[in-house]
Amino acid sequence: MLSRTADNLYWLSRYMERADFLARIVQATQRLTSLPVDYGQPRQGTEWESALASAGVEEAFLKTGAPMDEASVVEYLTFSVDNPSSIRNCIEYARANARSVRTALTIEMWEAINSAWFELKRFEQINIGRSRFDREELTRFLDFVKKMSLDFDGCAYRTMLRNDAYWFSRLGVYLERADNTARILDVKYHVLLPESEAIGGSLDYFQWTAILRAVSAHTAYHWVYRQSIKPWLVADLLILKMEMPRSLIACYDNIVYFLDALGRAYGIQGASQRHARNVMERLQTATTREIFQSGLHEFITTFVEDNSRLGETISAQYLVI
Amino acid sequence: MARARGYDEMTLDDGAIRTAYERIAKWLAEAPKDLLASRHSHAELMFRRIGITFNVYGDKDASERLIPFDIIPRVIQRTEWVQLEAGLVQRVNALNRFLCDIYGAQEIVRAGILPRDIVETNPYYNKAMIGQKVPHDVYVHIAGIDVVRIDANDFYVLEDNVRTPSGVSYMLENREVMMRLAPDLFADHRVAPVENYPDALLAALRSVTPTDGHEPACALLTPGPFNSAYYEHSFLADKLGIELVEGRDLIVENDTVFMRTTEGPRRVDVIYRRIDDDFIDPEAFNPTSMLGVPGLMRAYKAGNVTIANAVGTGIADDKAIYTYMPEIIEFYLGEKPLLKNVPTWRCRDPDSLKYVLEHLPELVVKEVNGSGGYGMLVGPHASSAQIAEFAAKLKDDPGNFIAQPTLALSTCPTFFDTGIGPRHVDLRPFVLSGANGVRVVPGGLTRVALKEGSLVVNSSQGGGTKDTWIVDDGYTNGNGFQTQSQSQGLGFGQSQSQSFGQNQRQS
Repeated sequence: MLSRTADNLYWLSRYMERADFLARIVQATQRLTSLPVDYGQPRQGTEWESALASAGVEEAFLKTGAPMDEASVVEYLTFSVDNPSSIRNCIEYARANARSVRTALTIEMWEAINSAWFELKRFEQINIGRSRFDREELTRFLDFVKKMSLDFDGCAYRTMLRNDAYWFSRLGVYLERADNTARILDVKYHVLLPESEAIGGSLDYFQWTAILRAVSAHTAYHWVYRQSIKPWLVADLLILKMEMPRSLIACYDNIVYFLDALGRAYGIQGASQRHARNVMERLQTATTREIFQSGLHEFITTFVEDNSRLGETISAQYLVI
Repeated sequence: MARARGYDEMTLDDGAIRTAYERIAKWLAEAPKDLLASRHSHAELMFRRIGITFNVYGDKDASERLIPFDIIPRVIQRTEWVQLEAGLVQRVNALNRFLCDIYGAQEIVRAGILPRDIVETNPYYNKAMIGQKVPHDVYVHIAGIDVVRIDANDFYVLEDNVRTPSGVSYMLENREVMMRLAPDLFADHRVAPVENYPDALLAALRSVTPTDGHEPACALLTPGPFNSAYYEHSFLADKLGIELVEGRDLIVENDTVFMRTTEGPRRVDVIYRRIDDDFIDPEAFNPTSMLGVPGLMRAYKAGNVTIANAVGTGIADDKAIYTYMPEIIEFYLGEKPLLKNVPTWRCRDPDSLKYVLEHLPELVVKEVNGSGGYGMLVGPHASSAQIAEFAAKLKDDPGNFIAQPTLALSTCPTFFDTGIGPRHVDLRPFVLSGANGVRVVPGGLTRVALKEGSLVVNSSQGGGTKDTWIVDDGYTNGNGFQTQSQSQGLGFGQSQSQSFGQNQRQS
């Protein structure tokens, strides 16, 4: 298939997945900010700063000069035209990609993304015409974003032919999802615990709970571990548990699988396949003890870098040649 | 006396708003009525989608009903809560000690504090439990203590529910729905979270495992989908990450309980049962029970399984025993009760019976062993025919009844079709006991009598529920609260913004 088509499919999936992630980050942060004083009081603004840091847009936000408060940060992450990674722009880019490969999409996929775009326009109108920050409207918007992404994902899964077009779109999904899972785990690193708060105290507990909720893994956690929330188990679930559909290792299991499918179909293995297998191997041999000893944040930082490098390698090998 | 304007939790007598409710009042005032109505129907939709329903016995047409949810949260200040919490912990400690004693040495009877017959003729005094030890002497792992307010100062305990108290799923789901419904209010208040309840419950259950040396396996035993609280059973099992079992899923071999799984029998150590004592084991109790597990009591008595709550706790929430609670607390703990009992006439006592019969129109009369608002008379709301009928029952079997004054329960603002008005409420906090002591998750289930003037809050009798907020006192608002002076923040969170950059060539 055309490199450009593959590129469009790959990015279309990434943007749809990212929109979902941004919605989840905003919701998790709202939950963090509503924890009571009794459970410790992070320095004001830390949570929203942390949301920006996790989304990787903190510096860009600071350059806008907007105040570090809920309304400005949420605006930046959701409807901002200037933030290339806002939800609004993710959906815009996704649709733009979809339009240029309209024929490579099934009707269901196109309709899913196109109607999501119309819905976005409706929400944007409401957002522009509004005099103040409206949390109820925001809740509706974020719910829509999550639903839209599920809808699109389901359409792709159920209607696409299993050929290279499908494999590239799946690669986009899993690469982005791995990146996002890692980032959401890192939220906890950026949120400051107040000085008086011991790690493992109540605030810590509720923060980890918020992280689990953000990735819809709260119930899964209990089914897997059957005990109360422990940081290292949360990390275990989201990094090393194959059963957890968005854990790093589960994402890489898929990435390796789809890259192999491409390699077999094209009769050639390349740098992407090798790089993906390397990452996978490291995940397979890692233990939470090790990860915590050398630092969860450091582990995540390395992972996110490795993951981006895989993105670049895939681009170089298939998409922009 | 019930007609007098009671204590309103939001509004003072002169119409001013109490501090705790200032922002709620503002929220209500700012919302046009149709907005509230749309929030209300949105809430109902969410509850339907979640599937949180309950079955009403004796009502075939509406066997799956939603409990009405009121969109106006009830607010309790932290200082008030701290008082209430201490009282609840004290009370549940006393209840555990009482049960341990009553099935053991019976010191409280020998000390002459509790009449022997009130214990031994009590239908909930379970003879199978006499002399039986339970792990860590915990009988009441989960208690739902119903409390009411009639003024600013005190909470009164209406009843202690220590058999299989229900309603906690509403406490949890009400919060989730409320957070989605009114995110602004949550940004303005710092509300104590309740979401750790399942974790706390699981920790309590695991702590009372009878056998060391392996991971305790817990299961929730339900009567099945036809039970009125089935939704709650499945909800809790899911949140706890434990199996939801029916009697037929369990077997007892060598006095040990197993569940039937696809991988063969698996041992069960702790059973959180939501089945009454009578039905729990057809070998030991009601032989016609299809819900129970034959041999369960054998395993229990052999110390191979923990049942939560323990078998035989029913005696402690009996309304006749209730009247002795202040004495029970003093006897076991040597402390004055922190929470008050509602003054109660024991009709078994002839003088009290005489008084009660003379004052029926102003009293609430309850069956000693009744629950769920069935079999009670609310004097001020009863017709003279109903009163006469009840008087006959009373004379017939006085020992089966107690009477209480009609309390002017506190009211909270409540939304209904034609506006907002005060409605009577009670509160059921959930108290957990395990090997490591007693704890209460800050909050509870507020039940509200939706009919104007009504005092009956039971869901089976048309009551509704509210989200209940424990909020910090003196917290001003989202913008104005204290900031801590530490300023290491920026340097600490070294940002890593690279990877989102790579795709910006896309447009």
